[in-house]
Amino acid sequence: MMNRVPLLEVRNISKYFGNVVALKDVSMSVYDSEVMCLLGDNGAGKSTLIKILSGVYKPDEGEYLVEGKPVNFNSPRDALDHGIATVYQDLAMIPLMSIARNFFLGSEPTKGWGPFRRFDIDFANRTARAEMAKMGIDIRDPSQPVGTLSGGERQSVAIARAVYFGARVLILDEPTAALGVKQAGVVLRYIAQARARGLGVIFITHNPHHAYAVGDRFTILKRGRTFGTFTKDELSREEMVRMMSGADELDALSHELSEFARREATEAARIDKQLAESLEEAEEIFEHDSSSEQKG
Amino acid sequence: MTSRTLPKTTDERLVEAGLLKRLLTRPELGALGGAILVWIIFAVIAGNRGFLSLQGTASYLEVSSYLGILAVAIALLMIGGEFDLSIGSMIGAAGATIAVLGSVFGVPLWLASLIALGVALLVGFINGTMVIRTKLPSFIITLGSLFILRGLTIALTRIFTGRTQVGSLDQLEGYEVLRTLFGGSISIGGAAFPISIVWWLAITVLATWVLMRTRFGNWIFSAGGNAEAARNVGVPVNRVKVTLFMATAAAAWLVATIQLTVVKSADTLRGTQQEFIAIIAAVIGGNLLTGGYGSAVGAALGALIFGMVRQGIVYAGIDADWFQVFLGAMLIVAVLVNNFIRDQAEKARR
Repeated sequence: MMNRVPLLEVRNISKYFGNVVALKDVSMSVYDSEVMCLLGDNGAGKSTLIKILSGVYKPDEGEYLVEGKPVNFNSPRDALDHGIATVYQDLAMIPLMSIARNFFLGSEPTKGWGPFRRFDIDFANRTARAEMAKMGIDIRDPSQPVGTLSGGERQSVAIARAVYFGARVLILDEPTAALGVKQAGVVLRYIAQARARGLGVIFITHNPHHAYAVGDRFTILKRGRTFGTFTKDELSREEMVRMMSGADELDALSHELSEFARREATEAARIDKQLAESLEEAEEIFEHDSSSEQKG
Repeated sequence: MTSRTLPKTTDERLVEAGLLKRLLTRPELGALGGAILVWIIFAVIAGNRGFLSLQGTASYLEVSSYLGILAVAIALLMIGGEFDLSIGSMIGAAGATIAVLGSVFGVPLWLASLIALGVALLVGFINGTMVIRTKLPSFIITLGSLFILRGLTIALTRIFTGRTQVGSLDQLEGYEVLRTLFGGSISIGGAAFPISIVWWLAITVLATWVLMRTRFGNWIFSAGGNAEAARNVGVPVNRVKVTLFMATAAAAWLVATIQLTVVKSADTLRGTQQEFIAIIAAVIGGNLLTGGYGSAVGAALGALIFGMVRQGIVYAGIDADWFQVFLGAMLIVAVLVNNFIRDQAEKARR
C-alpha cells in the first residue's frame, strides 16, 4: 500500500493566525479505497486542516500534493476541480429545495438551446434517485424537500452528490457529530461504501468509536501538532482515546474516571456491535449492486 | 429509510397519494383558494351590480395587472432572500424621467422611456450592490433608497418643470409608439381589456418558467434558502441577487410606463405605498419573507385578490375606506393559512 502514490498528501504543513499557531508541522495522506480518520479534541486544529485541504486557507509552510504533484489552491472551486470535495456538517443542503434540485445545485443539467435552454428536471430527478439507490437509499420522491429527510440521509445526499460529480477524495467534516447512534451508523455505512467504490475518504471526527468502526488509518491531532498516523493494528481504541485527550491528564484523572470508564466500555461494546452489523449489511448491498451491474 | 426490498410498493403508494400531496405542497394553493373565495363573495353581494359583467371583470383585472407586474417581480426577489422597498418610488422616478425628458428636452417619448429603463436598471444595480457590499439587510438599504429616490424625483422635476406633475404627454413626439405597446386594449364582447393585463400574464408566465425550469431559477431558490451553502457549490449568489434587484426595478419602470401612457401624465408621487401592497400580494401568494420558497403564480393570484377586493367593494357599494382594513387583515390571515398548509404538507410527506 505504501509504495502507491497517495491521492492527497500534505507535508509539514503549518498555519499561523497572528501569533497563534493553529497548525505546526502536520503531515498526512490518503490513498484510494481508504478511510483516513482525522481525530482530535476541540481546538486541536482539525477545522484549520480541513480548510487548508478544501482550498479555503493557504498553508503558511509546507507542501500540498495531489496525486504526487504540488498544488496551490486559491478557492474551494480549485480543490473541487482537482476532485477534492468537502461535505460540511451543516452547510451542505438547502432544506426547502427538493432533493434533485439540491443534488444538482450549481451544476444543473440543461437541454435545449439559446433562450430555450432549460433545467432538465426529469434527468435531475431520475439521476438523483438512481445515485441515491447506489448508496442503498430508496428515495420515494426526488422532488420532496430535503428538509423532510433525516440528518443522516441529508449527509448521504451530499456524499452521493460529491461522488457523482467526480470526487476522488471526500472530506467529511464531523458528519456524525449531530446524529444519534442509529443515524450515525447510516452515515458510517455510506463512508464504507464510498471506500468500496474506490474513493479516498478523510473522515473528521472526535468520536473514537465512529472512527474505529470504519477507519483504515488514523491521524491524531492535538494542539495543532500531530502524533503521527497509525494503522488499525498499531493502535487500540483505548490508546487512541488517551492520545486525543492527553495521556498525562488522563492518568491523573483515571482514578476518578474508572467508574465512568466501566460504563463507557459497556456502551462502547454495544455501539461497536451495532456498527459492525450495519457495516456488514452495507457490504452486502454493495456486493449485490456490483454483481447486478456486472450482469447488466 | 426504506428497506431496499420495498421499492415497488413505495412507488405505487406515491402514485396514489401523489396528486393531493403535490397540490398541498404548492405555495400558491392558499392564494388560489382565497381568490376563488373572494370572487364568490363579490359574485353573491355585487353580482347584479356589474361585478360579474365583462366590464366589471376588465376593471378589476386592470387594477390587478399593475400590482401583479410588481408583485411577481418582488416575489422572485423575495424567493432570492431580499426585499425592495424602493419600487414605489421607482415608479414615480421612472414616470418623471420620461415626462421631463420628453417635455423639457424634447426627447421622443419612446426613447425617453428606454432611457428611463436604463435609469431603473442602474437603480436596481446600485440597490443590489449596496446590499451585497455593506452586508446590511436589504430592508434598510431599500428603505433608504425609497426616500432618496422619491426626494430626488420631486426636487429634480421641480427644478426642470417648476411643478411636480407633468400633463398632456399625448401631445409629445413618440407618444404613439408607447400607446401601441402599453396603452392599447383588446375588445372582448364590447368590454375593453387593457393591454396591461397581457403584460401581467406574460410576466407571470416568464417568471414561472425561469423559476421552475431554468438553472437561474434553481439559483434563486438557493440564494434565498441558504446563500452560504449555495456559494459552497459554486452558485454566483451575488450576481443572482443583483440581477433580481434590477429585474424588480425594471418591473417598476414597466408599470410607470403603462400608467403614464394610459393617463397621459406623470406625477412625482405616483407609486406611493405600492411597495407594501406588492409585498402583501407576494406574501398572500405563499412567498416566504425569509426567502427560499414561493411562486410567481402565487404572487399573481395575490394581486388578483387585491384587484377583486378593491373593485368589488366599489361595485358592492361598500365605503372604500374599509379597503385598507381588509387588506391588512387578509395579509395576516394569508400568512397563517399558508403556514398551516405548509406544516400539513410536511407531515403528509413523512
